[in-house]
Amino acid sequence: MVSPILELTDINKSFGHVQANKNINLKINKGTIHGIIGENGAGKSTLMSIVFGLYQANSGSIKINGKEINLRSPRDSIINGIGMVHQHFMLVENFTVLENIILGFEGETVFGEKLQKAKEDLEKLCQTYNFNIDLDATISDLSVGFRQRVEILKSLYRGAEILILDEPTGVLTPQEVDELFKILRSLKDEGKTIVLITHKLIEIMDLTSEVSVMRQGEMVGHTKTEDTSKEQLAEMMVGRSVLLRVDKKDIKKGKTIFKVNNLSVKDDLDVTRVKDVNLEICSGEILGIAGVTGNGQTELLEALSGIRKVESGSIELFGEKISDQNNFLNPRMLKEKGLAHVPEDRQRMGLISDFKAHENLIFGYHDQEPYSKSAILNNKEITEYSNKVMQEYDVRPNSPNLITSNFSGGNQQKIILSRELNENPKVLLVGQPTRGVDIGAIEFIHQRLIDMRDKGAAILLASVELDEILSLSDRIIVMFDGKIVGEKENKNVTDRELGLLMAGVA
Amino acid sequence: MEFLSDIASLINSTLRISTPLVFAAMAGIFAERSGVIDFSLEGKMLMAAFVAAVGSYYLSNPWLGLLLAIIVCVCLSMLHGFASVTHKGDQVVSCVAINILIIGLTTALAAAWFGQAGLTPTLNEDQRFLEIHLPFADALRDIPVIGILYSDILSGHYVFVYLAYLSVPLVFWIVFKTSFGLRLRAVGENPSAVDTAGINVFTMRYKALAINGVLIAFAGAHLSTAVNANFFREMSAGRGYLALAAMIFGKWHPKTALIACLLFGFTDALQIRLQGVELPAIGEIPVQLIQALPYILTVVLLAGFVGKAIAPNAIGQPYIKER
Repeated sequence: MVSPILELTDINKSFGHVQANKNINLKINKGTIHGIIGENGAGKSTLMSIVFGLYQANSGSIKINGKEINLRSPRDSIINGIGMVHQHFMLVENFTVLENIILGFEGETVFGEKLQKAKEDLEKLCQTYNFNIDLDATISDLSVGFRQRVEILKSLYRGAEILILDEPTGVLTPQEVDELFKILRSLKDEGKTIVLITHKLIEIMDLTSEVSVMRQGEMVGHTKTEDTSKEQLAEMMVGRSVLLRVDKKDIKKGKTIFKVNNLSVKDDLDVTRVKDVNLEICSGEILGIAGVTGNGQTELLEALSGIRKVESGSIELFGEKISDQNNFLNPRMLKEKGLAHVPEDRQRMGLISDFKAHENLIFGYHDQEPYSKSAILNNKEITEYSNKVMQEYDVRPNSPNLITSNFSGGNQQKIILSRELNENPKVLLVGQPTRGVDIGAIEFIHQRLIDMRDKGAAILLASVELDEILSLSDRIIVMFDGKIVGEKENKNVTDRELGLLMAGVA
Repeated sequence: MEFLSDIASLINSTLRISTPLVFAAMAGIFAERSGVIDFSLEGKMLMAAFVAAVGSYYLSNPWLGLLLAIIVCVCLSMLHGFASVTHKGDQVVSCVAINILIIGLTTALAAAWFGQAGLTPTLNEDQRFLEIHLPFADALRDIPVIGILYSDILSGHYVFVYLAYLSVPLVFWIVFKTSFGLRLRAVGENPSAVDTAGINVFTMRYKALAINGVLIAFAGAHLSTAVNANFFREMSAGRGYLALAAMIFGKWHPKTALIACLLFGFTDALQIRLQGVELPAIGEIPVQLIQALPYILTVVLLAGFVGKAIAPNAIGQPYIKER
């Protein structure tokens, strides 16, 4: 029996009333890739932030190589050989790679000798692991994949033996994921220990040798990866059996009802983000937009939903021009014409998080009967409707008076979805419908979207989750740098093919 | 020749007038680069002027007055830090509170101690800083160009003037060439990155504020124990805000902030010159309009000519570690 390099015993951590970690026990063996899987909010990141010294546990002990240590700050952890690559990179964007890496470990008061030495050491490390990073490049000029490598390099330079990665693949293209996994495997071969936090089952199966499952702040199981399956892990994560695939009937395509001609859109900084985009959607069809975050999907959806000005080109709904550079319909008028929008940033645009659930459930329809009469809200009707719809959409907890921000991401999304699907829209624009949403709710949301499609709605689905695009869409377009770089019927398309398009190389 | 000496004296007064602005702008750079807004430069400068004058009056040594001013200003910076760093209060509100407090406090204390609201006794020569005449200034005066440059422009300033312009390269060096500077800039851009590098974000911000307090004390002492020989009510006269504008105009960078300070100093020197001067075709310009020149310039520059000033990314945001 190998002795574990990292051992956690009875870790407890609460934030106010929320207990994020309950009596967590975990052993991680040296030289392995250990997966920690769980839904959003299961407490994975909190646990690893404790190991990294960022948060302090309320109780429990942490041992490294059998020796109990007290981690009061990340410095203690780094000294003890723990490195962490956070989900949101901890990089100073206007610093160079070198500056970011030496930050906190400069080793000298005035830059001079040590800086040179650091540079040489780093260049050696880069060569060893084939990182191909320019140390003098500014972070803001680097792609997300490279930024992640900088984070890994940073940890290695600081002497990490245990490397924790928190949801490392969320922002990467499939090719970048391959590269990352290659790096992680080579690190493992070097004898490093890797802890991979994820909610993606496929990554666990691909990469890890052992896996621990968390649910609602508790550790619910440990197993060797070879002894388990995706279905089994999903069931452990959610606490019930879940359907991992979407059942979808064959497409019954109707007439083209939504059409975009030569559309260009600028962002707030006056940079053209959507370039000459053409697309059509028929009734009864889901058109998926694949692409790495920030390639114009956001601006495209915003322009289509009437939130952002059209720079040039036009948008047609049922053959009628609804927007061009001179005039455009606002979201309210679009809604009346049968267009609904589930925005990708639900905190910022989809909901007013400080409002109660029932207020968000009717927002936008609040001035219509039966929710209000002569400009006075009819609370009885609203509550009745809210109760009904929350049951129908399985929003938990079913309490219309709860402040919206207290619901989990998945339940917030259900609130938006119920509101937008309420009037049976003819065209539905959906952005990142399952971002930060747990598996159970994903299943539900996907089913609703399919139902809408079967009822004859035209759906435009933008998502950075390729799996989602592949399992829902009838047709897929790929956006790169604001342009549509590929269009495919969703038949025998692989994520590799799409990945190449997404990276702009095909 | 008269024209040349006019120019020389204009430059000379530009250097003098810009001095408190330079100190304040450098002080501002430290606070704001660390992510803490500092509107309270104005109040701290005023307080430093008061403390330096009073300290120097009682202790009969302007250096001791300056030392007291430094101590008090560092304390005020710590107060700002306590409210806005430790307790995550609104940084602007904290600054405004300090500014208002100090206008009242200096007036009231002067009244209590010296019987005159907002006025301290005149300092004699031993109690204040005197102009420094550089060696050979008189001897070199008659040599063309060099004479003017050395004797009329470089020589004959208060010690603070020299210190202010020396502080600029020093600040530049600290901010860009030392590990402290690296951490300082990082903490204002992305405090999480600093925290995960094992550096205490709060300590860094307090350190930056302490330096801020020291630098701003020089600006205040310059006003009350060098160019003037006493403290009077609201004698900082918006210089703290002007310096803040210069710092933003200079994009939080010591060199460009210096240029901005000199520009403001120059317009101020110019307005003093222009008062009562008849311009051809226009006639005499109303004094009020001329006096408003530096402030109008501030507004115009900030409103458009500077381009987008990119502030440190995390400025004004208290660092919250746990959600």
